[in-house]
Amino acid sequence: MESKNNVKYLKERAIQIRSNIIEMIPPGKVGHLGGSSSIADVLSVLYFERMKNLDPKNPKDPKRDRLIFSKGHAVLAQYAALVELDYFGREELAKVKTLNGTLQGHPDIDKTPGLEAVTGSLGQGLSVSSGMAMALKLDKSDSKVFCVCGDGELSEGQIWEAAMSSVNYKLDNLCLIVDRNTVQASGTCEEIFPIQNIGKRFEAFGWNVIEIDGHSIEAIQDAIKAADEKKGLPTAIIANTIKGKGFPFAEGKCQYHNASLTEEQYKECLECIEKMREEL
Amino acid sequence: MKTSSLRKAYGEALVEIGKDERVVALEADLGKSTMSVYFQEEYPERYFQMGIAEQNMLSTAAGLALGGKVAFASSFAVFSSGRPYDQIRSSIAIPNLKVLICGSSAGLSDFGDGKTHQSIDDIGIMRVLPHMSVLCPVDANETKQMMRAMMDHEGPVYLRLSRADLPELTDAEEPYVFGQMKKMREGDDVVIFACGTMVSQSLKAAELLKGKNIEARVVNLSSIKPLNIEQLKENIKGVKAVVTAEEHNVYCGMGSAVAEALCDSTMKIGMVGVQDSYGTSAKKYEELLEKYHLTEVDIANKVLEVLA
Repeated sequence: MESKNNVKYLKERAIQIRSNIIEMIPPGKVGHLGGSSSIADVLSVLYFERMKNLDPKNPKDPKRDRLIFSKGHAVLAQYAALVELDYFGREELAKVKTLNGTLQGHPDIDKTPGLEAVTGSLGQGLSVSSGMAMALKLDKSDSKVFCVCGDGELSEGQIWEAAMSSVNYKLDNLCLIVDRNTVQASGTCEEIFPIQNIGKRFEAFGWNVIEIDGHSIEAIQDAIKAADEKKGLPTAIIANTIKGKGFPFAEGKCQYHNASLTEEQYKECLECIEKMREEL
Repeated sequence: MKTSSLRKAYGEALVEIGKDERVVALEADLGKSTMSVYFQEEYPERYFQMGIAEQNMLSTAAGLALGGKVAFASSFAVFSSGRPYDQIRSSIAIPNLKVLICGSSAGLSDFGDGKTHQSIDDIGIMRVLPHMSVLCPVDANETKQMMRAMMDHEGPVYLRLSRADLPELTDAEEPYVFGQMKKMREGDDVVIFACGTMVSQSLKAAELLKGKNIEARVVNLSSIKPLNIEQLKENIKGVKAVVTAEEHNVYCGMGSAVAEALCDSTMKIGMVGVQDSYGTSAKKYEELLEKYHLTEVDIANKVLEVLA
């Protein structure tokens, strides 16, 4: 699939990801709506175009590209994509975060096929991704490791330890995507713990940095292509996004970081998805 | 008795098992102390110097393990257990990854550096983690054999190593079996379960007790977790009391593990260990063993106390 020609398809896949996210948060359930829907467009490009050798029948295929959600709480977005790739059945979506479900509240590689690491305790996923990238280099593999971090998560000091070691080991097979949705659990990043100039910070640590509109499929495609072409350095894509993107009542609001929806809000979400499909 | 270095044994065994290309080593700038430098000299492409950043080192080790490598991460015990605790818990122990964590210069053995560098809590914080094994070898031979055994073991291991040269009490050729404990001396009045440095102290205590007509059985409990309950119960048969001896806080350590396992028994248990305090600097290691009541005399006195 040639990038660009694929845009409409990827937009549709992003809508489907958002639709699946909502399906997992029916009234009466609680889920990380905000940070899952902000990253949906990036995931569409990764899972439905860029990442190679994804095989639900052989989820551990050594040739596969890897995606690690360091912001593990937004794993609903990953479930929403993996179900479309047949890693598990649709019936699992209704059983998310239940006792015998395949889909846990945070990524669990023992339970969910297609996931790559245990995350949830924030700040660790970039280090784990970097270790995987080192292993792939030792194996002379062409596979790539993608890692998604939240912007609030960048307060964790370990992120910056990994930022240093990833450059020291020239991990050009590692691509970090920062979901810059500017809102964290209990307020905006600006209110809670301001981290300005994220791109410049990564640049100062020696990374190749690309800043984009994280809801533009074309921009995401271009950035990932540029990251693939960069040799000798890891790339950080700062994806400027909107928390809760696609659902206006939730957009930019920390209240929907991890929330339950009323019947009315749930209906509104379904209507939003219908509208997105119509506009496509 | 011949003494030898457990740290050197660690480095030498790393090189030996490094013939297997899956083996990688990570270090946080203490390789000349942990002796992971031996591996660096032999296999530089598989040696990852992670700098003074232990949290990143442990999570990176997890990533390497997820990539099919057998990752050995080394530092001083205080920096490879407590400092990166959540990284070990989340990235390594929960997914049960094959990461081998070397806690070097453990216990009070880094005698000069004082309390910040002396680990009296590492056994506790590692053994509480599901999936984690906690091993504390008695000598250089057992260190090497444990490392060979680790290669075939599933899941993470914490290997607690003394900085001190210790008497060679085990046979260099005897393979280590995960979870086994070994009787080092026969006796039927009391059994002393000890690990690491404290095994040789316990053997000396047994000789002191012999002069008082008390025969002490001494068991090397180098596999603190998994703890072989069957062997533990076998080893308390016929004796009147149990004493545990460890270079660690008496809370949550090896002695506690023994007491937990024997909680349904009427056996009297006495514990020798650090009495809920931090360490301190000293000119010689032996001064610390005396200060914290970890000598053969202290063990013998504890035996007399529990038998009284």
